[in-house]
Amino acid sequence: MDITFNHVSYIYQANTPFAHRAIDDLSFHIPSGSFAAVIGHTGSGKSTLIQHLNGLVRPSKGEVTIGNYRLTHNNKPAALKALRSRVGVVFQYPEHQLFEETVRKDIAFGPKNFGVSNDDIDKRVSDMATDVGLSEELLERSPFDLSGGQMRRAAIAGVLAVNPDVLVLDEPTAGLDPRGQQEMMDMFYRLHKQQGLTTVLVTHSMEDAVRYADQVMILNNGTKFMEGKPEDVLTQKQALHSVQLDVPEMVQFLHAFKTTFGKNIPFRRQSAAELASEIRERMKEGDQHE
Amino acid sequence: MNNGLIIGQYVPGESIVHRLDPRTKITVIFFFVLIVFLANSVISYSMLVLFALLSTLTTRIPIRFILKGLTPVWFLIVFTFILHLIVTDKGTVLVDIVGFNVYSGALIQGFAISIRFFLLILVTSLLTLTTTPIEITDAIEDMLHPLKKVRFPVHELALMMSISLRFIPTLMQETEKISKAQASRGVDFRTGPLKERMKAIVPLLVPLFVSAFKRAEELAMAMEARGYQGGEGRSKLRELRLGKRDALIYILFIAVVIILLTTRHY
Repeated sequence: MDITFNHVSYIYQANTPFAHRAIDDLSFHIPSGSFAAVIGHTGSGKSTLIQHLNGLVRPSKGEVTIGNYRLTHNNKPAALKALRSRVGVVFQYPEHQLFEETVRKDIAFGPKNFGVSNDDIDKRVSDMATDVGLSEELLERSPFDLSGGQMRRAAIAGVLAVNPDVLVLDEPTAGLDPRGQQEMMDMFYRLHKQQGLTTVLVTHSMEDAVRYADQVMILNNGTKFMEGKPEDVLTQKQALHSVQLDVPEMVQFLHAFKTTFGKNIPFRRQSAAELASEIRERMKEGDQHE
Repeated sequence: MNNGLIIGQYVPGESIVHRLDPRTKITVIFFFVLIVFLANSVISYSMLVLFALLSTLTTRIPIRFILKGLTPVWFLIVFTFILHLIVTDKGTVLVDIVGFNVYSGALIQGFAISIRFFLLILVTSLLTLTTTPIEITDAIEDMLHPLKKVRFPVHELALMMSISLRFIPTLMQETEKISKAQASRGVDFRTGPLKERMKAIVPLLVPLFVSAFKRAEELAMAMEARGYQGGEGRSKLRELRLGKRDALIYILFIAVVIILLTTRHY
């Protein structure tokens, strides 16, 4: 489903001394089936943006369109529940939403609320458990007996089991060990490709944005600071520094490489291995010229 | 939160009311609440209203904000007023609405009671609007100090109070966060039959309790790690000190009390 923000503003506690503008005149478009990364410093309005995507909040001004659903200040779609069944949101620390007696019941909770048939639910639960890497015997345990990483997986499986078209991820790997982070992100990317999901990833990991995103948006103080392809946006060191962000490690390396060896290698989102062979080629060329 | 009720909310500010010693505020408000019930003449009521309004104005909190925050209370005030109109039958008959007599005494009585009610709510919400919860607990601990003689655990009580006050916003945030997460999973808290809505509370309460217990445990551990062992010999970061402005308020308030006592009917 396409996601469009049209001059959206959101004000918390409007008309009180506590009024606070979290999003200010924000417009952007995420085409169906693409992987978009939203990057921003703490308090840049990322979390507020997410809550617009499944109608948890409605814009104070402007208009949000998700597929056929339209949200404005006064217009609440009658089929809010239908919208929520098609937009799955993995909130920050999703393990806090676990509550059922068993992991199986908890994963089944979402689909059950959206009226999926019992046979279907059983199938989805075991499929999703496999996808997120939870073994079958864990399904009968209490979610509160799991380790932190397993709880996270169970909660994510619960969101995925609804079979959404749009997947919204709010720092899904925060607090996991490095290997768990990698596995988790690879899993999301696999699902994104397999099921043709539209994915919105909120993160402050530049590495994740570079690796997975088709499109990157940098938020600062509730407004759009930059937008574009990762290789264009995430290489602008000075601009990123001005909003307390850093370029990805790879870009840093290329900068250092250029100043040390005087050789300019353009950033094309190559992996470390690709870059290594590229450098080897360049070095060979250099030798032949001499 | 967005529901508009402001009782218990603190609005930061630099006004003289904000900077009064919290003990002064509590004392004055306590006695104010008592003397509201002594007022029974036009002058005594206007004295109290004047005092309350002046205090409200000096806080520099927008009046509109306060009035809006008292919306749920307006309903109660109007309700009591109407109740008095119906029940009281003193004085002369003013109007006759479909065989129902409205007496002049009832009008006065209803008006008086509504003003009392309004004053009580306004003044007590001024306390929380201009005083941080921490200041209030500090003041209460200090004022209850004499009870230590009879082995009353004043410090522990104050600590319990400040911890629970401290965690109210945290729990509110947590509640909001979890209810949003569950709403995204298709829970409907707002519509549907009552039984369904009651059931919808479970996915909210369980995670809330789990995290509250976890938090309590972490807090206890952190306190122990920093060597906390109760109130004995513990010095204070914020010393309460009475200043000139407190004296001024006391004098002003005593004047109000004296005028009130001399102008009320006996």
